[in-house]
Amino acid sequence: MAEALLQVQGLKKHFPVTRGWREEKALVRAVDGVDFSIRRGETLGLVGESGCGKTTVGRLILRLIDPTEGEVLFEGKNLASLEKKEIHPLRRFFQIIFQDPFASLNPRMTVSEIVGRPMEIHGLSERSQREEKVASLLKSVGLMREHLGRYPHEFSGGQRQRIGIARALATQPSLIVADEPTSALDVSVQAQILNLLKKLQRDLGLTFLFISHNIGVIRHISDRVAVMYLGKIVEMAEKKILFQSPAHPYTKALLAAVPSLDPKRKRGEVILEGDVPSPIKPPPGCRFHTRCSYALPKCREEEPFFHQIEDGRWIACHLYP
Amino acid sequence: MDPLLSVKDLKVHFVTAGRTVRALDGVSFDIEEGKTFGLVGETGCGKSVTALSVLRLIPFPPGKIMGGEIHFRGRNLLALSEEEIRSIRGKEISMIFQEPMTSLNPVFRIGDQMSEVIRLHQGLDRSQAWAKAEEMLERVQIPDARRLAKQFPHQLSGGMRQRVMIAMELSCHPYLLIADEPTTALDVTIQAQILRLIKEMKNELHTSILLITHDLGVIAEMCNRVGVMYAGSIVEEAGVEEIFEAPKHPYTRGLWGAIPRIDEEKEALSVIPGMVPDLSNPPAGCRFHPRCAHRFEPCDQSVPSLFSVAPSHRVACFLYGERRGHG
Repeated sequence: MAEALLQVQGLKKHFPVTRGWREEKALVRAVDGVDFSIRRGETLGLVGESGCGKTTVGRLILRLIDPTEGEVLFEGKNLASLEKKEIHPLRRFFQIIFQDPFASLNPRMTVSEIVGRPMEIHGLSERSQREEKVASLLKSVGLMREHLGRYPHEFSGGQRQRIGIARALATQPSLIVADEPTSALDVSVQAQILNLLKKLQRDLGLTFLFISHNIGVIRHISDRVAVMYLGKIVEMAEKKILFQSPAHPYTKALLAAVPSLDPKRKRGEVILEGDVPSPIKPPPGCRFHTRCSYALPKCREEEPFFHQIEDGRWIACHLYP
Repeated sequence: MDPLLSVKDLKVHFVTAGRTVRALDGVSFDIEEGKTFGLVGETGCGKSVTALSVLRLIPFPPGKIMGGEIHFRGRNLLALSEEEIRSIRGKEISMIFQEPMTSLNPVFRIGDQMSEVIRLHQGLDRSQAWAKAEEMLERVQIPDARRLAKQFPHQLSGGMRQRVMIAMELSCHPYLLIADEPTTALDVTIQAQILRLIKEMKNELHTSILLITHDLGVIAEMCNRVGVMYAGSIVEEAGVEEIFEAPKHPYTRGLWGAIPRIDEEKEALSVIPGMVPDLSNPPAGCRFHPRCAHRFEPCDQSVPSLFSVAPSHRVACFLYGERRGHG
């Protein structure tokens, strides 16, 4: 087994908010204690529904926001406790690809400037060689040298996402957080981008944290998968195991909710009822017990530990003691 | 029996700053009574424009219906007066949209908005209409419907809002419900609830549905027949089982292969090279030919019509029909 490039322990992020006309103070427990690690060269898929905290996890790892609690060990250094100044030189090793290729590129900069900027900031290339380097990066993401002087608005959504990928690669990072990188794209363009990400990973030995709500995409791209619900990881396993035999009741329900591409296969009746509870006041005990059809009395009172039940499968559920 | 809705050779153009975008270029399909017809395709293929045309909601200018007929229960909707079409909208044909928050008025209570529709189309008085609104909310399985009727849209979750939209649109028992990406803004577990609800309501009220989506899984689950749209026309039309088992058109096949599936492992996804054409300057001949791996001599010269490959399976591609098309 390859060594862990990134190790996350007890990571929490609580956002203070004020509510209502009385401006009552409250805490949104966006991420409320997650543990996982990512091995060098693998893709960990982080999946969950809106508001489960998956994007916050991505931003915490990159230290784009400061964690409330917990550790993020990247090559042995705890990013969570470093000073801003100390983080800066490390940033070239972990980069991000955003969801919205329209909002994440500066409209006043040319492609050459956008992709060259990270190299400039981290002092990775002489000005004279920069354009050459950018051109070769563009080539590796399926764009051309002619695109160097163009502005973002001249490109389609898929091409812009390629620019975003080239920018992320510019500093030769080892870890890339990809936050819903294909969610704004049509399926045929999504297929191009997913194929590109897989190829880049093979060629450059990249490690990915791939965040998505799209379960098909997660299955396609990941080596291992972590399922989040209301600020916690409820199950984590090798992709094959997770999709063949999901164990946590939420994982089961989530997979069953995806419409099948086979019109003859009728959906089993494991539809989850109700909505996700508020992360301001998560239910006591297991957070999923309000919607879980297997809930035991214990689930209402005692929070299940996230523990390993068999080799490589982690779960937080009282059904698996 | 005549179909409930029959769209024939519909053409819609948008004219902006001297450019004419041919958004729909001769779209034809039928919806049988009690059936669900799905229109699927990628951004800009014209599926929403088709839906809006049926209700004559295309904004003019810039949009204009240039030709075609839409027959609904014996009348050509395109020939009706503005007043006549208004009496059909919301009563005989109603529509739910992708984002329920923008379809609901934020400053009125749910019950007020629903009873307005009911009073307008059914001539009930205020308290009867309110009672009917509550009854509809109960029918879409909203717990505590009486309390919810007094709430405002922002107090509801996305799934609840879409339930309210469905209750409102079905309150006048329309013959046809147009659902434009009804679950695209929802999480997958909530989507499953809403799709189940739409199916149950359809069976209960015998409503026909025109379902518009980019999600092939939703199509597989909901529809009886499917039309695949590309760049302003239907390129393939078939029963849902046929089209999933044996997609014929090169675009349909490409689209099907591009989807990462949850029940299957693939090393690489199939890719359709190139990009969707600019509809103000579409390619000559078949609009898909510049991206098609199977193109041959007639494809860049004439537009293929829909050829039958099986009794109810039609494909607009020269691979399946006469080599010399008709213009």
